[in-house]
Amino acid sequence: MTRVFLDAPVLRTGLDRALRGDADPATLSGHADHPPRMGFFTDTSVCIGCKACEVACKEWNAIPEDGIALTGMSYDNTAGLGADTWRHVAFIEQRKPLAGQEPGVDHSSVNVLDMAAAGSGTAPQAAAMTPTTAGPDGAPAGTGDLRWLMASDVCKHCTHAACLDVCPTGSLVRTEFGTVIVQEDICNGCGYCIPACPYGVIDQRKDDGRAWKCTLCYDRTSVGQEPACAKACPTDSIQYGVLDELRDRAAERVERLHGQGVADARLYGHDPDDGVGGDGAFFLLLDAPEVYGLPPDPVVTTRDLPDMWRHVGLAALSLAGMVVGALVGRRG
Amino acid sequence: MGLKTFIESWPVYRQLTGDDPLGRGSAAYSATTRNLVPRTATADRVVKSVCPYCAVGCGQNVYVQDGRVTQIEGDPDSPVSRGRLCPKGAATKQLVTSSGREHRVLYRRPHGTDWEPLDLDTAMEMIAERVLRSRRQGWQDEDEGKKVNRTLGFASLGGATLDNEENYLIKKLFTSMGAVQIENQARI
Amino acid sequence: MPGLGTSFGRGGATTYQQDLQNSDCIVIEGSNMAECHPVGFQWVMEAKARGATVIHVDPRYTRTSALADIHVPLRVGTDIAFLGGIINHVLQNEKYFREYVVNYTNAPNILREGFQDTEDLDGVFSGFDREGRTYSTGSWQYEGAQVQAASGKRDQQYEKLQEKHSRGESAGSGGPSGAEGRPQRDETLQHPRCVFQVLKKHYARYTPEMVEQICGIPQELFLKVCRALVDNSGRDRTSEFVYAVGWTQHTVGVQYIRAAAVLQLLLGNMGRPGGGIMALRGHASIQGSTDIPTLFNILPGYIPMPHAHADEDLDSFIEGERADKGFWTEMRAYTVSLLKAWYGAAATPENDFCFGHLPRLTGSHSTYETVHAQREGTCTGYFLLGENPAVGSANAAMQRLGMANLDWLVVRDFSLIESATWWKDGPEIESGELRTEDIGTEVFFLPAAAHTEKDGSFTNTQRMLQYHHQAVEPPGDARSELWFMFHLGRIVREKLAGSTDPRDRPILDLTWDYPTKGRIAEPEAEAVLAEINGYDGEGRPLASYEQLEEDGSTACGCWIYCGVYADGINQADRRKPAKEQDWVANQWGWAWPANRRVLYNRASADPDGKPWSERKALVWWDEDSATWTGHDIPDFDAHMSPWHRPPEDATGGEALSGVDPFIMQSDGKGWLFAVAGLADGPLPTHYEPQESPFDNLLYGQQRNPARQVLPPGDHNRYHPTGSAPGSDVFPFAVTTYRLTEHHTAGGMSRGLPYLAELQPEMFCEVSPELARLRGLEHLGWATVVTARAAIEARVLVTERMTPLTVQGRTLHQVGLPYHWGGNGLTTGDAANELSHQSLDPNVHIQEVKALTCDIRPGRRPRGPARGALVREYQERAGITEQTGTEI
Repeated sequence: MTRVFLDAPVLRTGLDRALRGDADPATLSGHADHPPRMGFFTDTSVCIGCKACEVACKEWNAIPEDGIALTGMSYDNTAGLGADTWRHVAFIEQRKPLAGQEPGVDHSSVNVLDMAAAGSGTAPQAAAMTPTTAGPDGAPAGTGDLRWLMASDVCKHCTHAACLDVCPTGSLVRTEFGTVIVQEDICNGCGYCIPACPYGVIDQRKDDGRAWKCTLCYDRTSVGQEPACAKACPTDSIQYGVLDELRDRAAERVERLHGQGVADARLYGHDPDDGVGGDGAFFLLLDAPEVYGLPPDPVVTTRDLPDMWRHVGLAALSLAGMVVGALVGRRG
Repeated sequence: MGLKTFIESWPVYRQLTGDDPLGRGSAAYSATTRNLVPRTATADRVVKSVCPYCAVGCGQNVYVQDGRVTQIEGDPDSPVSRGRLCPKGAATKQLVTSSGREHRVLYRRPHGTDWEPLDLDTAMEMIAERVLRSRRQGWQDEDEGKKVNRTLGFASLGGATLDNEENYLIKKLFTSMGAVQIENQARI
Repeated sequence: MPGLGTSFGRGGATTYQQDLQNSDCIVIEGSNMAECHPVGFQWVMEAKARGATVIHVDPRYTRTSALADIHVPLRVGTDIAFLGGIINHVLQNEKYFREYVVNYTNAPNILREGFQDTEDLDGVFSGFDREGRTYSTGSWQYEGAQVQAASGKRDQQYEKLQEKHSRGESAGSGGPSGAEGRPQRDETLQHPRCVFQVLKKHYARYTPEMVEQICGIPQELFLKVCRALVDNSGRDRTSEFVYAVGWTQHTVGVQYIRAAAVLQLLLGNMGRPGGGIMALRGHASIQGSTDIPTLFNILPGYIPMPHAHADEDLDSFIEGERADKGFWTEMRAYTVSLLKAWYGAAATPENDFCFGHLPRLTGSHSTYETVHAQREGTCTGYFLLGENPAVGSANAAMQRLGMANLDWLVVRDFSLIESATWWKDGPEIESGELRTEDIGTEVFFLPAAAHTEKDGSFTNTQRMLQYHHQAVEPPGDARSELWFMFHLGRIVREKLAGSTDPRDRPILDLTWDYPTKGRIAEPEAEAVLAEINGYDGEGRPLASYEQLEEDGSTACGCWIYCGVYADGINQADRRKPAKEQDWVANQWGWAWPANRRVLYNRASADPDGKPWSERKALVWWDEDSATWTGHDIPDFDAHMSPWHRPPEDATGGEALSGVDPFIMQSDGKGWLFAVAGLADGPLPTHYEPQESPFDNLLYGQQRNPARQVLPPGDHNRYHPTGSAPGSDVFPFAVTTYRLTEHHTAGGMSRGLPYLAELQPEMFCEVSPELARLRGLEHLGWATVVTARAAIEARVLVTERMTPLTVQGRTLHQVGLPYHWGGNGLTTGDAANELSHQSLDPNVHIQEVKALTCDIRPGRRPRGPARGALVREYQERAGITEQTGTEI
């Protein structure tokens, strides 16, 4: 098929790199006069772990239930993003208070670090208790401090989206909002995108083999409605909006938290200069990303492809042109 | 589909002739993607409602299409909830459209080992007979010499999940039948 | 509800959720708001963003604690000791809002000489009858007055008030004499018998040391809470309390709320923006179902159900229950209008407006007595209307055994809940205690319509009625309760038509002609709402309860809802968008009373009618227009000047003065000391729960002496408590609760895939220390045992559960969500198998927030061995039928 040639990852990635400059991802994807880039800012410092985002997402997108099983990972029984989970709330029980908190809880007789050696990443079956992680500074034993972090994770809608780069069918595309979506009627289930994602977000559904992930509710946003998760979120932990505005808001929020003594507050995925060119869905975290199960320094997995394959890519493009001509001629 | 349309709908054609030479965006859109419309935009009606779970009283918009509930989400106009919902509220469509809901009257006869079907009208007749019988059996004109004018023969439990109008009819009818054992969860 | 009702005059939350954003300090105690009311919690987060301090006092570290500034873990069942400690701190350190307290509370009122405090009687108040386990409350009254409560056990006063009122009337003075009716006051607060001094003495021993010993709260942490509250109360700042069933579900639950009421009055936080007490209800219309009660002891609008008295007629009922001052004086108008709504033309002045049609009470007829009546065979029929007692009520086995002894049972619900199927798959079938073939109960399951399939109004947690509209037709045989009740009534009336039996008269006299619509003949909900609102002789809708008459010329189904259909417009259906209104948003829905959003808001202004501070202005007296005005609708006579003082012989609303913000109270004041209305004392007092691992450090009286102890029988045995022999067999405290992802007894959540997967299994939460002590493994199984039952649950070992040091010992607490049962997509043992039926004496609520238990590794036994394990524990603890029933 011509489209295999035309949409070959090498070609798309090569041209992408070649054209990459000041242009934004929507323009590069052929959306002239597009609206501003839209995205999510998830402020985990106000998340109450209610999981409304998970349910609202599933209700809107008609995603199947995917397992009724107790994990033992605190109140997280979803365990991670996947084909049937496009929003996932992580729960991290941690020995460190939020600023101003005085839990008065004394666990001086327990060596928690021994009991939950590997923190929240401990496989549930290996954990002796609800995994409890050390605070970022390595909370001193017996200080009696406790905090419970909650964070709603989602597809990052990367500026440089490896899933899109490697998709051979054109199923993965970028919208005029700069978001990345999978087209379920195009996806052939090849699965290239799965290992390409630096965050481990996109996933194949077991019964149909196709790839699924958050679309940032493209159907809703295309008529000016908020994505389902952001609309439901009781505390506005999930905010949807113009990415630039969200970045400004997030910077102010971090500054404010620092002023209140929450020194751990930091942004994740907001930086256009990071390994994926910045995320369309970024986060305010209260600890290192790996505590939440997020890669500390994600890099677009297709970064090195362009230089290697530029020539091949251009050749493929001219070949595709010939094939189109031939096909039109035959039809005519 | 005419040939021109066919060709124009072909991603490669769009890719080569449009603004998306890389085929990473608009050119690669499928028919489904191009025609995507949210069901909230196509609903026949949006009905104003209130979440049936806890007592926060979140506003809900119920979207109806072809006589079926297609979506329920928060009502942004509500000063209490501002359009937001918790996981239960967000699952309300699943609640009302659930396959776990029973749609038919079921009857278990005394000492029976399984349910049997029963016609609703027949059930209502049978229930009315039984409530009158229990009322009569449990009737007290007096208790320890004082007039009480009541029945202890039947009781009712429930109401906190019901509408005010429903509670009103429960209280009005059962009290007038002489029942005093009328209760619900609201003991706070 | 009597906790708030006796203190302030009305049983509803005193404020509204959005007003939390105006608070400077929010104490969430007895509530896990972030988990159980997540969308309401946005207003706490708003307050926090504005700099408020958020304090969560709870035995467990929950999702609410995670967002709070201060989490205070305390031993279950000790909140009155904690709150009493704060009250003592405020009094001893002179931190109360003196001008507020002197003018707006009953602090200056002088009590009778006969009153004796728990300090005098080692834990009981004067008037306790040890035989009947009840108080006669005469000695709690003011010197020189006999006043009635606005809520609660008003029948207590029946004889006294009848006597007083009849004397007053025979004297022809139109009311009681001054000496009889007006409490004496000492505004210097120095009189040894004034409420203020009595209060001070009552709490003097509730010291930080005592709080630490009883509650397990370190003194430093306790004082931090005291300081936060004191620093955030006064003219410029306000603090708010938020509670839910973590406070009510105790044998002394009503007094928990009373303790918060006392504190909020002392700090001057009532009736003010960001102040008050927010009661969080857990069902969509739980407030509505007390306002229009499906409860045994009240009629719509909190009119008491009549008790059996010799020769009682309408006059003697009113005289025995009404107040002399405040709006409860008009009880006759409210009652007659209700009777007119129910019995229409049949209700005439000549026949006492059919007052005799109402059945009479002779004591408690709560759901727990009903279960015993079912087991005894008195109660032979049962309607379950959206409630699942086989999971949700205390001592679930008793609930099922009661149902197993019925002639018939009607269950109306969405799906086949445990209360519908116990006869084929309940725990007693599994254990062999019951055999399906032996159970004679005839069961009717009738599918219920959902809220999207019917019109109607819910009253939310802030007393606000909101109307919901039918979106689609109910499927199959599903019907609304409105349909069911209307047609049941219609059929019953048809069957009784022509009857001359006087017993059938009330049914035949009912106004029961509601219009119906559609294929299924659904009654028009709005027509019912219009009747609830009330109408005059010409059928015109009434606009306010002040229009109600006692001569039968008005009808009104619920006087506090009068106005919800004013001008023939469904006010509950008002939906002016929030963005087009101010922050009070009083054009959204309709709140009782009279659409006021903050109750007692006259107290937001000083005695001269000026806001205490600009920052906290809500309503104020406008001199130019001579009216009360402001952001909210004044909860006060709009034209009564702050300087108005009533003549001696005034009654009702006229008898209130310009400085009486609590207009439903018979003295216009907030009650620090509840002179009437409560079954278990005028002041909140720390008692240990029915079952406790500790002795009461404060008094010889261990438990609430007036608590209601239902018969132990075979299935409701109580544990030894405190230092009694055998109590160490159940060494741990256990508490039950909800999770965000499920709803109550699970009928509306366990069957939904999207919710079931989020909390997929019944679990128990234990600390690492308890896990080590008992050999419990994370994600393994544990069996929790009480003298009622043994249940199993998966184990979550978490640091969020913490051992406490209490009276020098380490106490472990176990947490159990109560959502699970045998049916649905996620199943498990019900926590309520474990609970007993010892109740609060005021509201007859079960004590499921503070029990004792043992916990052991592994799954529970199956079959008859399950009961054998429980009996083994009973024997080991030496439990008899008498255990735990002592005063």
